Amino acid sequence: MRMKRVAAVAAATTLALGLAACGGDGDGGSSSSGAKGIVGKAEGQKKLVIGVKADQPGLGLQTGSKYEGFDIEIAKIVAKGLGVEEGNIEWKTTVSANREPFIQQGTVDLVVASYTINDERKQKINFAGPYFIAGQDLLVKADSTLAGPEGLDGKTVCSVTGSTPAKRIQSDYPKAKLQQFDSYSKCLPLLENGQVDAITTDDIILAGYAAQDQYAGKFKVVGKPFSEEPYGIGLKKDDKTGCEKVNDILKAAASDGSYKAAWDATLGKSGKAAPEMDTTKLTNCGSV
Amino acid sequence: MDVFTDPTNIDAYVSGFLWILKLTGASAVFALVLGVLLAAMRVSPVPVLRGFGAAWVGTFRNTPLTLVIFFCYFGLYSTLGLSLSDDLNRNIYWLGVIGLSVYTAAFVCEAVRSGINTVPTGQAEAARAIGLSFAQTLRIVVLPQATRSVVAPFGSILIALCKNATIVGTIGLIEASSVMKDLLNSYGNAVIPIFLVFAGTFAAILIPTGYFFGWLANRLAVKR
Amino acid sequence: MSSSSVLYDHPGPRARIRNAVLSVVFGVGLVGLLWWIYSKFDEAGQWEGRLWKPFTETATWTQFILPGLGATLQAAAVGMLLSLAFGLLFAVGRLSERRWISVPAGAIVEFFRAVPLLLMIFFVFYGVPFLIKGPVTAFWAVVIGLTLYNGSVLAEAFRAGVRSVPGGQSEAAYAIGMRKSQVMQLILLPQAARAMLPIIVSQLVVLLKDTALGYIVAYPELLQRSVNDLSANYGNIIAAAMVVAVIYIVINSLLTALAGWLERRTGSQRIRVPKQTRSRTVDSTPEGGATVSEPQG
Repeated sequence: MRMKRVAAVAAATTLALGLAACGGDGDGGSSSSGAKGIVGKAEGQKKLVIGVKADQPGLGLQTGSKYEGFDIEIAKIVAKGLGVEEGNIEWKTTVSANREPFIQQGTVDLVVASYTINDERKQKINFAGPYFIAGQDLLVKADSTLAGPEGLDGKTVCSVTGSTPAKRIQSDYPKAKLQQFDSYSKCLPLLENGQVDAITTDDIILAGYAAQDQYAGKFKVVGKPFSEEPYGIGLKKDDKTGCEKVNDILKAAASDGSYKAAWDATLGKSGKAAPEMDTTKLTNCGSV
Repeated sequence: MDVFTDPTNIDAYVSGFLWILKLTGASAVFALVLGVLLAAMRVSPVPVLRGFGAAWVGTFRNTPLTLVIFFCYFGLYSTLGLSLSDDLNRNIYWLGVIGLSVYTAAFVCEAVRSGINTVPTGQAEAARAIGLSFAQTLRIVVLPQATRSVVAPFGSILIALCKNATIVGTIGLIEASSVMKDLLNSYGNAVIPIFLVFAGTFAAILIPTGYFFGWLANRLAVKR
Repeated sequence: MSSSSVLYDHPGPRARIRNAVLSVVFGVGLVGLLWWIYSKFDEAGQWEGRLWKPFTETATWTQFILPGLGATLQAAAVGMLLSLAFGLLFAVGRLSERRWISVPAGAIVEFFRAVPLLLMIFFVFYGVPFLIKGPVTAFWAVVIGLTLYNGSVLAEAFRAGVRSVPGGQSEAAYAIGMRKSQVMQLILLPQAARAMLPIIVSQLVVLLKDTALGYIVAYPELLQRSVNDLSANYGNIIAAAMVVAVIYIVINSLLTALAGWLERRTGSQRIRVPKQTRSRTVDSTPEGGATVSEPQG
């Protein structure tokens, strides 16, 4: 009797310890203090952790073991400018909800993830860039006659819960019916099957989905952007030096053709010409 | 506390909890009917029915509800084209009710089955001895007694169902938890009051429900 | 199990025919329904090879599904350990004879059992950062939510377990001069723990399923990595969800079987609370299945 009891308690303990061992490797991967900002880290460790999207084709998409897209290419240019080789970049998947936290707590050094610069975010982090100006648009079926957001009355439109595009639809086009999910990839089968009439978010993201093999010829982007979304590169709020350095790198990339090359290798494949980066619009990195 | 003086927020709060209550109410009825049917199948003399009941329980009890609800939306609605209402929210609501019902029915079934097991075998034997059929034995002798012993587990299941209703928010219904999330994001200075109001509403509904079922179970308990 | 056969006589010739007819009718109906679903999915192109082919590729498993599963198991493991600690602490607290301990402990347990997990995860992830002026990772949002809810359920289960130990045991222990803490540690908890083992394992199933809610705060668990990230590559959202569902069902069925095996091994001692001492029945639903049958997400 006693032996059995001891055995049972022992079993419980082993179970618990086994579980503890599994849980041991919690959240590693964060960098050391980073007191000198990304410039210091890039010089000292020759490594960078960069947060990118994993589910946006054309911009930032994880395909098997690697990431690809325009954001990824921009991130590579920035890393190179900071003296970090491509092989020494550690990619970290971020989603819209955790970009600021990841920067603030040092889980990532930089975020290049279709990251719109706005005042609310500027209070928490610093932005370099913008390296691209996107705009909210609609993705519809190839044979749709929907010509812009004004035509959304009574139509169903899909977007991400609580996102800026979703909120804009609610406030500016209240007659549209809004279906919300946690990711755009859930909206796509609905558009394909005809349960929603349109998907709305930044045009560049929509273009990425439309260009995917499985949706080739099925969807089109309406092409009438109704907002302006400047994409920036996020870093720690106090890392002014790093921010200025990234802006210098972007400026150089705009003039030496590497920016155009990044576009042509990714989103440009659909035939769209590379945009001009307006280097006069680069942020002042938080100085007043 | 200007969060709760803004009429839009109050409306959102009210409609959020109304969705929860409506989801709970409709799903509870369907889950109860379906669960009792499944339990009857699981104890029936027909092997195919027994297998079906067991498969149902094994599937739904071991799948996260989030996935079940997901399949209701993307499988039933998007792929099979089952549209239950022209209104966007009503449609999501009914799809949510289906998901909650089939999921909860698995737990109702197990509760009823263990309730049936608490009825002394002599009762069923006596029923058979006087010539009652399986359906009669179940309906007249076993289930009425089993009902008494399943009151307490039914209480827990109902409470869990009400809490689970929040998961319908994942397919786009703006129910209480989605409303709370929005408010948390907009009113960073009042996160504790916001949480206490929403969690407190659930507690105010569910803790008394728990005590009520406890009281009822004690009252109905079969003295053996 | 055996009692179910008590409900009906051993089938005679007529009953056998009737059962066979019922089997066939129901079976045909079921197969018909499944076939209809299958063909509808086929019409919608859900069985197309391009949607399923990714699952034959190694990268799909090594880059998406297995890391997702790892994150799921990690959150479940840490959540379980903390839930056990929380449950133990609050069970002992609620059993305390000092009212200033037992009343708050009871209130906390009651409160967290009544609040949906999603609400707690949202509060920790979106609300707490405003309070601590710093970010909370999705991992901790999920784990803290899981701990508060499952810990409270386990606290009630432990309490019922401790109470199920016959009163004579602690009386005897007091009689040989043990202190209260000794009685709890040496006599009551070890016996309760043994009886509670099956419930602990079945609560693990509940907890594992609940980690799926982590995707709502973008914790990179199984659902997030497959249904969101993998399907962004191939547009195979339903195929991905089916694969994930099978993974969950297999793991949870194994755990459920383990719980059943432990229950039989530990002498199928059911936790039963003597009627006169229990405050309310809901605390201690007669079958050990009180927690088993709690259908949390």
